[in-house]
Amino acid sequence: MPADLNWAIGGEAGDGIDSTGKIFAQALSRAGRHVFTSKDFASRIRGGYTAYKIRTSVDRVESVVDRLDILIALTQRTVEENMDELHEGSVIIYDGERTTMQDLEIPDEMVGLDVPLKSLGEEAGGAIMRNIVALGAACEATNFDVAFLDESLQKRFGAKGESIVENNKKAARLGQEYVEEHFDHDFDYDLDTTDEDYVLLNGDEAIGMGALAAGCRFYAGYPITPATNVMEYLTGRIEEFGGGVVQAEDELSAINMALGAARAGARSMTATSGPGIDLMTETFGLVATTETPLVIVDVMRSGPSTGMPTKQEQGDLNMLLYGGHGEIPRFVVAPTTVSECFWKTVEAFNYAEKYQTPVYLVADLAMAVTEQTFPPEEFDMDAVEVDRGNLVSDDAIDEWQNEKGQFQPHLATEDGISPRAFPGQAGGAHMTTGLEHDALGRRTEEEEVRLEQVDKRTRKVETAKQNENWDYREFGDSDSEKLVISWGSNEGPMREAMEFLEEDGVNVRFISVPYMFPRPDLTEEVEAADEVIVVECNATGQFADVVEHDTLTRVTRVNKYNGVRFKADELAEEIKAALAESTEVTA
Amino acid sequence: MSSDVRFTDFKSDKQPTWCPGCGDFGTMNGMMKALANTGNHPDDTFVVAGIGCSGKIGTYMHSYALHGVHGRALPVGIGVKTANPNLEVMVAGGDGDGYSIGAGHFVHAVRRNVDMTYVVMDNRIYGLTKGQFSPTSREDFETSTSPDGTHQQPVNPLALALASGATFIAQSFSSDAQRHAQIVQEAIEHDGFGYVNVYSPCVTFNDVDTYDYFRDSLVDLGEDEDYDNNDFDQAKEVILDSEKEYQGVIYQDEDSVPYGERMGFTEDMSRIPDGAPENAMDLVREFY
Repeated sequence: MPADLNWAIGGEAGDGIDSTGKIFAQALSRAGRHVFTSKDFASRIRGGYTAYKIRTSVDRVESVVDRLDILIALTQRTVEENMDELHEGSVIIYDGERTTMQDLEIPDEMVGLDVPLKSLGEEAGGAIMRNIVALGAACEATNFDVAFLDESLQKRFGAKGESIVENNKKAARLGQEYVEEHFDHDFDYDLDTTDEDYVLLNGDEAIGMGALAAGCRFYAGYPITPATNVMEYLTGRIEEFGGGVVQAEDELSAINMALGAARAGARSMTATSGPGIDLMTETFGLVATTETPLVIVDVMRSGPSTGMPTKQEQGDLNMLLYGGHGEIPRFVVAPTTVSECFWKTVEAFNYAEKYQTPVYLVADLAMAVTEQTFPPEEFDMDAVEVDRGNLVSDDAIDEWQNEKGQFQPHLATEDGISPRAFPGQAGGAHMTTGLEHDALGRRTEEEEVRLEQVDKRTRKVETAKQNENWDYREFGDSDSEKLVISWGSNEGPMREAMEFLEEDGVNVRFISVPYMFPRPDLTEEVEAADEVIVVECNATGQFADVVEHDTLTRVTRVNKYNGVRFKADELAEEIKAALAESTEVTA
Repeated sequence: MSSDVRFTDFKSDKQPTWCPGCGDFGTMNGMMKALANTGNHPDDTFVVAGIGCSGKIGTYMHSYALHGVHGRALPVGIGVKTANPNLEVMVAGGDGDGYSIGAGHFVHAVRRNVDMTYVVMDNRIYGLTKGQFSPTSREDFETSTSPDGTHQQPVNPLALALASGATFIAQSFSSDAQRHAQIVQEAIEHDGFGYVNVYSPCVTFNDVDTYDYFRDSLVDLGEDEDYDNNDFDQAKEVILDSEKEYQGVIYQDEDSVPYGERMGFTEDMSRIPDGAPENAMDLVREFY
């Protein structure tokens, strides 16, 4: 009896694969089992194949593996697609009455369960319930009590009326009983249950829930795979907290709406994927230079251009760190697990407001669409802290005005953080602009003011570096000289990979980095290691570049940013100063 | 809001750098008068400005304001108004900002009908980049980038608004100070998206659409007793009439219900608790 069971249902897009898979995942969760799901949206071969896969165990599961124990195949193609993962003793549940399944050949070492899914569905009240019949059959093949399905069927179909729920429950039992009666077989699988109560959610939902917990009140977005679920989650829920969702006409509009709401004082967010970030980059610089707190979520998918919209990639890091013309500090936070999507969203809102800066929250498709179980305590709402930064109270507003009584939204303070007044606050009226501006938020091209403003924006980052905890997460053998570094959703598979490696006598130190900027300095860790490996889902190693950049001996930098070009005599002085020489040069 | 606000309270201490004689002076004065006349206060007003000569308006007025990126002023205004419905939101920009780079947002802002005011300073030319044709330039208009005309139809922004389901369409002339202020005031008072296209002549780069041209050609619908601006068909006729120029409130849907009201966006969203909301654990329980 394997410690984990790998289960899947596959068919054509439109067969209800996702919702059926989720019903089974919820049932497992209700039974106190851990669940980690994945989705095959499309395939190596062209066509509409889709599958929902579940890995389940009484212990926590953090990854998928290339093994399949139970497969519900609604199409012959489903079996062919998964043949590599099937093994001796794998159970395949299918409907031999279906014309497309008649050429199906089940290898001798596997167990084929030919169940008349459609006929039994009709018996329960409609052919549409054939998937639920299959779930019942799968319960019998795994010695899993079919009654565990009842609660998830109620959840899924309750809104459609009690009779629909009852019909589905009946369908599940017909499937279970059919297998019990027609197959005299001792199955290898046995799904133990526990008394644990888990919640089941994916990364997009965790981000949405984190936003609500953090006090997000405004969301604007434009639908895009795989970030749409964030907007769908918030719609219908954010209103209960007095907030709102606006579906914009495009991402250009979405980020500008979110910017407007943030200027009005709301905790504000937008979420998109790479192609949307391309468009939002236009306004990103405005958000940053006007020092507007905003959380921008990038749920990465394969690029470039339209790329592979339903496939995993971590290819946007360079764009998030460096995208946009000119230079402007931005924070980039990258949760490493589904539950961390919740906590990092809460953090992101606090960073945004404390440092009055846009924060990119970067997730990836793999964790956005993965449904995973957690003890509910992992989302302890009492531990959520809201820090709004330097909001000016009504009585203290005059302390932040100049001698003419004008409020100074970009005052160059010692820590770089300026006061913030919300529209409607008496005495706080001020403008701001994407043009370089002075403390009042008005256009300037004066060299000293330009320098002052660039420096104060940079100073905010220094303040954040000092005040916040930019630690990495560490696993494995901390004394090992073999160092593995990753970011994003690779943490789960890497942690399980370490168990495989240990079996082969390979012990590694594993550092999982959730902060892309500001980020932990890994110089010591890299220098202490003989071998350093950076794991990421992209072709060029974007985070590997960052690690190499941080740990290299730095060049000396000569910079000028007051808007005036280098002059020869001045440059000679600068170079000499850099070379630590003191002789004067005259032009 | 205090009733003793004067229109000069909306004026900042920054001197405009518009060319002497620019239509934008009159446009801005009318906006400030309309804001004061409707009982607004600079501290409760948010002005969003686009890019171009017109976009400088945020600097010359005194209120909460954002001068954004080119063409995206309307979405910013929608965000501000949604987050705090108590604010008076006024979006201002030029014909390039609103009908060229921002045309997409214009259509959607119109059909969304958010309760705010949109003033377009239409001078039928790009002034700040020193004289290229704009989306409202005439087909035979000669500029540095159209030496023998534009070879394209000018956009009819009022028709675009009408086709997009506008609930308030008006046109004014910056030089007719009293009428212009009055028309902007009606746009502010309208429950929904109050859109005013203002003829705001460029004295430096446009020698065709001049003060004299508008003075001679403008027909004031306010003086036409037979004109009913609640009548869609009459509005359509006026808007599609390419022979004449009109000023006045051309169309108003009196049954307009603003987007925020329909969506239930009634609260000031800036106020939140200092921890997770009280019933936040319910959000977790949903995932059982």
